[in-house]
Amino acid sequence: MSTLATAPRSTSRWTRGWSGRRRWPLVSSLGGAIAAALVLLPLIFLVVEAQQSGWGEVERLLLRHTVAVLLWNTVRLTLACTALCALLGVGAAWCVERTDLPARRAWAVALVLPLGVPDFVVGYGWVSLEPSLHGYLAAVMIMTLSLYPLVYLPVAAALANVDGSLEEAARSLGLGPWRTFWRVTLRQISPAVLGGCLLVTLGLLAEYGAFEIVQYETFTVAIFTEFKLGFDTVAACALSLVLVALSVAALGGEFALASRGRSWRPGPGARRVAARVGLGRRRVGAMLALGAIVGLALGVPLGSLAYWMARGSSTTLPSASILSALTHTVAYSAAAAAIATALAVPVSTLAIRHRNRFTLLIERLAYLPMALPGLVIALGLVAFSVRYALALYQSAFELIVAYAILFLPLAVVGVRSALAQAPPRLEEVGRSLGRRPAAVWCRVTLPLIAPGIAAAFALVFISSTTELTATLLLRPTGVNTLATQFWAYTSDFSYGAAAPYAALMVAISAVPAYLLTRRMATVARIGAPQ
Amino acid sequence: MNRLSVADLRKGYAGRPVLEGLSLEVPAGSLTAVLGLSGCGKTTLLRVIAGFERAQAGSVSLAGRTLDDGRTYVPPERRGIGYVPQEGALFPHLSVEANVGFGLSRRERRGDAVAGLLEMVGIAPLAGRLPHELSGGEQQRVALARALACRPQALLLDEPFSSLDASLRARVREEVHELLREQGVTAVLVTHDQEEALSLADTVAVLRDGHIVQQGTPFELYEQPADERLARFLGAVNVIDASFQDGTARTSLGALRVRGEHGAGSGLVMVRPEQLDVRPRTGHADAAAGASPSLEGRVEQCRYYGHDALLHIRAERPDITELLLARVHGEQALPVGTPVSVAARGPVIALARS
Repeated sequence: MSTLATAPRSTSRWTRGWSGRRRWPLVSSLGGAIAAALVLLPLIFLVVEAQQSGWGEVERLLLRHTVAVLLWNTVRLTLACTALCALLGVGAAWCVERTDLPARRAWAVALVLPLGVPDFVVGYGWVSLEPSLHGYLAAVMIMTLSLYPLVYLPVAAALANVDGSLEEAARSLGLGPWRTFWRVTLRQISPAVLGGCLLVTLGLLAEYGAFEIVQYETFTVAIFTEFKLGFDTVAACALSLVLVALSVAALGGEFALASRGRSWRPGPGARRVAARVGLGRRRVGAMLALGAIVGLALGVPLGSLAYWMARGSSTTLPSASILSALTHTVAYSAAAAAIATALAVPVSTLAIRHRNRFTLLIERLAYLPMALPGLVIALGLVAFSVRYALALYQSAFELIVAYAILFLPLAVVGVRSALAQAPPRLEEVGRSLGRRPAAVWCRVTLPLIAPGIAAAFALVFISSTTELTATLLLRPTGVNTLATQFWAYTSDFSYGAAAPYAALMVAISAVPAYLLTRRMATVARIGAPQ
Repeated sequence: MNRLSVADLRKGYAGRPVLEGLSLEVPAGSLTAVLGLSGCGKTTLLRVIAGFERAQAGSVSLAGRTLDDGRTYVPPERRGIGYVPQEGALFPHLSVEANVGFGLSRRERRGDAVAGLLEMVGIAPLAGRLPHELSGGEQQRVALARALACRPQALLLDEPFSSLDASLRARVREEVHELLREQGVTAVLVTHDQEEALSLADTVAVLRDGHIVQQGTPFELYEQPADERLARFLGAVNVIDASFQDGTARTSLGALRVRGEHGAGSGLVMVRPEQLDVRPRTGHADAAAGASPSLEGRVEQCRYYGHDALLHIRAERPDITELLLARVHGEQALPVGTPVSVAARGPVIALARS
């Protein structure tokens, strides 16, 4: 092409004055600092509030007989539920991913869907049908059925990726199928099992609604009662410190166990897809067991919901109130999702593109709310606003910020993984083609991470729509979301009136639960891109 | 003119030095190959020149304009240096056309500039495709067109052909060479393939231990390598002991004419495999061959390449332990075990020990 060869080289476009120096990523740093500050704010004011009357008072509050009872209740529930979730999760995942079970795709979806039903709706589903259900065993059953997908999902993904050649090697060394599973397969998936168990434990420590319904008192329930009925912020904050300590202990335990056995894949060679086990006659048994899990976890709550919907339709529905609750829920959740995603972008950018000790700390802080019950974050914000910013107390803004803090980890996970996949070399090439960093970000980085941003937004949005505890504490007076209105009716035993609200929440959160299984299936099929 | 200069460049990561006082001159309009083993810092050099990384010491300048010298630092987008990374690194979300037009203004994109560039690199029919729908060679061409679209004053190519398979590599290499020559762009190509460097570049700079050990035309480099290691790096070679006297070297192959710097006394000379004449020995011919100084040996291995063959010859003398390498015509390939006599042809090169 002659025009190119003969065209005068315009040097002016390259030589515009720029006596630059390496620029600190200003926008990202600012965003990261805001995210870190927001996460720390409720924690700091929780401590400030708790020791309002001195540490002696905190000590007196915590060294009570009731606290010991609460501790025992919480711990025995957590241990039993986590163990059962691990058993159900691993067993179901193994059946779906590693055997010749019929209709595996359908099972894979059905087993995850309970995640789309909020725990307190599961509790409502059971208790509204069988009011005698209460206490320890009821709590263990309901929470196990609600939370086992948190183990199932990562374990199924890990099992789908297990390198078959390792199992074959074990078999050739004389191990039977069971010993191979124990000594090879389980070792490979143990990080996924541990990770799932950690999520279950944290979920149990944070849960309020379901325990309230079955009248089982854990720390979270006690804190809520102390604050809402006793109006005792100091006692509530002091008890919250114990809850935070339990969460930190769970995190530390997972970390200690996970760092002991690392999974390692030999060589960069092609991974062998592991062979499926023929179930033979045991197929019927496996189908029955999985059917029971899905039936109890999904069928009973949904059936109960349908029953109450049908019953409730005889009474005239206050459609105006359901519309207003829906509007508020959507507006708050969307705003929270926007804020959390907007903060997740700079946090991820710092963590991946500008890695150092400082940015690593910001990233860790952004993950911290995962270990903090919504109640704790809400209490911290209440403590802050009541003492220092009364205008914010029970404002829509504070509730939205609470959601954003609470679900910031979800947003960071989504954005971070997308950004980690976007090669920095593409950004460099963009700049060598004469584009400024901001322009490169808009035209290269943003389109590449857009799916991650959308996923992050959706995850935060969904999680916010079913948030109950923080909403009960922080919602503006007279305003109801779907969750709080549902809660109000359930507390009055108006099960029929509560049903449509629960149905709407389930409808909203079933979508991502389904997408989650779809996405997992796609990832397993095409493997890592490129 | 667009002369690219790198002077006394230092760069390391986490305390580990990679480039230690590297200096490189790339004459305007030339194609210079930087040749080095993988991990020797070739890519780091390109990244500093492109401005993705800052030099820790030293300077980079292009056409007399300082790009980086510790005080001044020109960001990549203001350097006017095109970059063609390994594997192309096309923007996966943009079509071929949009990739090539990335650095152009909206007005330029609307004109026929992009079409012209695609035409030039021979992929005009693929304008609407997405990168993942292209073959490796096509991706490289798009990456090249994209870099050339901004009319860079210099172009950096980071092992651009290493991801292509052998048959395609030769062709794409040839086309790119042709194109760069036409455009008269000052270009730096880094590679670990000595054949590629020697056959493609106007000048070759060898990067080792963080600096350029020798820079020159391919001929100079091959014929007069700076030291023994370099000689071995640039191709098969026989290095034998010699003692020098009055422009001749006394060696086990007899007295040979020497080129290159050498002192008196003992040293090393380099004899390329194609400089050795190999003849099968027969009982009576052997006595007659006394005319030219020769060495007796036996073929220990024969690598047959079709157009030629490389013989590994074990000298029948206890003081020569290394195998001699001799390149002969394909039809002269000899079976293993053949007794041969070996004679050297032409002047040999004195080498510095290293």
